[in-house]
Amino acid sequence: MNYNWDWGVFFRSTGIGEETYLDWFVAGLGWTIAVALAGWIIALLLGTLLGILRTVPNRWLAGIATCYVEIFRNVPLLVQLFLWYFLVPDLLPEPLELWFKQDLSPATSAYLSVVVCLGLFTAARVCEQVRTGIQALPRGQLAAGHALGFRLPQIYKDILLPQAFRIIIPPLTSEFLNIFKNSSVASLIGLMELLAQTKQAAEFTANLFEAFTLATLIYFTLNMGLMLLMRLVEKKVAVPGLIAVGGK
Amino acid sequence: MDFSAILPALPGLWEGMLTTLQLMLLGVLGGVLLGTLLAVMRLSHNRLLANLAATYVNYFRSIPLLLVITWFYFAVPFLLRAITGEDTPVGAFTSCVVAFLMFEAAYFCEIVRAGIQSIPKGQMGAAQALGMTHGQCMRLIILPQAFRKMTPLLLQQSIILFQDTSLVYAVGLMDFLNAARSRGDIIGQPHEFLIFAGLVYFTVSFAASLLVKRLQKRLAV
Amino acid sequence: MISIQNVYKWYGDFQVLSNCSTEVSKGEVVVVCGPSGSGKSTLIKCVNALEPFQRGDIVVDGISLADPKTNLPKLRSRVGMVFQHFELFPHLSITENLTIAQIKVLGRGKDEATEKGLALLERVGLKAHAHKYPGQLSGGQQQRVAIARALAMDPVVMLFDEPTSALDPEMVNEVLDVMVQLAQEGMTMMCVTHEMGFARKVADRVIFMDQGQIVEDCAKEAFFGDLSARSERARQFLAKILQH
Repeated sequence: MNYNWDWGVFFRSTGIGEETYLDWFVAGLGWTIAVALAGWIIALLLGTLLGILRTVPNRWLAGIATCYVEIFRNVPLLVQLFLWYFLVPDLLPEPLELWFKQDLSPATSAYLSVVVCLGLFTAARVCEQVRTGIQALPRGQLAAGHALGFRLPQIYKDILLPQAFRIIIPPLTSEFLNIFKNSSVASLIGLMELLAQTKQAAEFTANLFEAFTLATLIYFTLNMGLMLLMRLVEKKVAVPGLIAVGGK
Repeated sequence: MDFSAILPALPGLWEGMLTTLQLMLLGVLGGVLLGTLLAVMRLSHNRLLANLAATYVNYFRSIPLLLVITWFYFAVPFLLRAITGEDTPVGAFTSCVVAFLMFEAAYFCEIVRAGIQSIPKGQMGAAQALGMTHGQCMRLIILPQAFRKMTPLLLQQSIILFQDTSLVYAVGLMDFLNAARSRGDIIGQPHEFLIFAGLVYFTVSFAASLLVKRLQKRLAV
Repeated sequence: MISIQNVYKWYGDFQVLSNCSTEVSKGEVVVVCGPSGSGKSTLIKCVNALEPFQRGDIVVDGISLADPKTNLPKLRSRVGMVFQHFELFPHLSITENLTIAQIKVLGRGKDEATEKGLALLERVGLKAHAHKYPGQLSGGQQQRVAIARALAMDPVVMLFDEPTSALDPEMVNEVLDVMVQLAQEGMTMMCVTHEMGFARKVADRVIFMDQGQIVEDCAKEAFFGDLSARSERARQFLAKILQH
C-alpha cells in the first residue's frame, strides 16, 4: 500500500499567501453553520405556524398545512434544492431574476437558495413535531383556557405552545442536528461549505483519509456540542414536578 | 413549458429509475441485516460488543449521508487495492451501495432496538424456561415479534432512503434524478425534466407512505 | 342568572341532550346528578359554551348563547369553571396560574392580580405553596387552586364539573369544604357531582338527569325527603349511591 500518511498536511500552505489547508476547513465550517442557522430560523417559524394550523378547528387551514407537509416530505431534498437554484430564479420577475443571476456573487445566490430550500424542507418536519406536541396535551387544557375567557390565539401562545415545545425538545433537537447535516447538499450547487472544502482539500493534497477524517471529526464534534447545548436548554426550561411526556 | 420531450426520453429515465430502485433495495436489505446485528450487539450483555455497536451508530448518525457517499467513492477502491494488492476497478454503484448499507444500518439499528425492547421481558423468560439458548430466544421468539411491530417504521425509513438515493448525483452515478438532469440538459429543457423528476419522486413516495399508513392501521388492530 | 331553555344537542346521530330546561337564580346552589353518560357534564359545559348545542337557548346573566353576536370569551370570563381533572397550567407556577387570566383577559395590573390571587390562595389554605408548580401539589391541593383561579375572575356564577371524582378519597373533603364555604357565602353555583352529602348540606335544588333528559328538578327537601314521589330511575340511582 503506497499511501503516505501525513497528519501535518492541515498545517501546510495551500500556496495562496499564508493560507493553510486548515483554513479551508474553518471557512467551510463557517458556511455550514451560516446555512444551518439561517435555515433553522425559517424552519422554526414556519414550522410552528404550520403545526398550529394543523390543529386549529378549521378544515381549510388544516388542509393547507397538510398539503404543505406532504409535498415537502415526499420530494427528495436534492430535487428541491435544484428547483430552488435552477428553476425558481427563472420564474422571478425580470428585475429580481437579473439581480439574482448577475448582481449576486455565485456564493451568495447559492447561499440564498440553500437557506430557503433547507428552511422550507425542515419546516415540514418541525410542523409535524409541533402538531404532535400540541395533540399530546390533555384536551382539558384548551377547555380551561376557553373557560377563563382566553381567545384562541392567546390559548396557543400562553397555554398550549409553551407546554408543547417542552415536550418536543428531543425530536426538535434531532431536526436541528439534521439541518446541519443536510446543509452538506449545498456543496452540490457550488457553495464551499465543509464537505465541499473537504473534497477540495482531499483532491489537492491526495491525503484523502486525513481530510475526510478531519471532516468527520468536525461534524461529530458539532453534533455533540449542539446536543449538549439542547440538553442545557431542556434542563433550563424544565418545569418542577412535571415529567415531560416524551422524556425518558 | 413543454413536456412533450419527456415521452421519448422515458426508456432512458426508466433505466435511471432501475438504478435508483436497485440502490434502495440493496441498501435496505444490507442495512436491515447489519442493523439487526448491531441492535442485537447493542442489547447484549457483553459490554465490549454493546459499546462497539453504540459507537458505530453514534458515528454514522452524526455525519451527513452525502459525506459518507463521497468518502466511500474515494476510499472503497483504495481499500480494495490495499486488501487485494492489485487494482480492482469498482464503479460508483458499488461504493454507493456500501455507503447506503453502512449508513442506513445505523438508523435501522435504532428501529430494531426499539422494536426488540418493546417486546415484554416475560417472553424472553418464557423462552428460556423452555430451555432455549439466548440465540434461539432472539431468533425464534423475540425477533419475529419485533419485526412485525416495526415493519411500518422500517418501510418509512426505506421511503426516506428511496429519496436519499438521489444524493448519488454527487459521484456521477446515473440514477433517476441524474438521468433526468442530464437528458434535460442535452435537450435543452432542464426545467421540464426537473419538474417531471420531482413529480415522479413525489408520486412514488406519497403513494408508498399512504400504503404504510394503511398497513400501520391494520397492524395496530 | 342561568336560564336553560329547551336545549337539544347531538353528536352526529347520537342525541346527548334532549329538551333540557331549567333555571338557576342568583345565590342558588343547584346540584346536577345522574348516571354516567346521562349528559350532565355536557349540559354544564353548554352553560359557558365549551360545548355547542344545536337547538334551544341558554341565557347567562342576560346574555344569550345562541345569539351569534355574543362575545363568548367575554362571557366565559365571568363564568367560573372547575374541571374534573383540575386543568391547571402545568408550565406556570401557582401564582402565575392565578394571575394569567386576570392580566391577559381582564387587563388587570400585575400587582393587583397577584394580590387578589394570593388572597384567594390563602382562602383555600394554600398560601405557602404560591411558588410551587402544579405538578408538585396533591390532587386535592390542585383542585383548591383551580377553584381559587376561577374565583379570581370575580365570576357571577361558578360551574363545577365533577370536581371531586378524580381525587383520592382522602382528598375529597378538603375540596368539598371549600365548596361548602363558597355556597354559604351566597355564590351562585351549578355543580355536577355524586357527592350527595354535599347536596344535602348546601344545595337548594337537585336536578337528576338520565339519557340526556332532565328527569327530576326539585327542591332538595323534596328530592331526598319523599323517595316515593321520585321517578323509578332516580330511585334506582339514589339506591346505588346511598347504599354505602
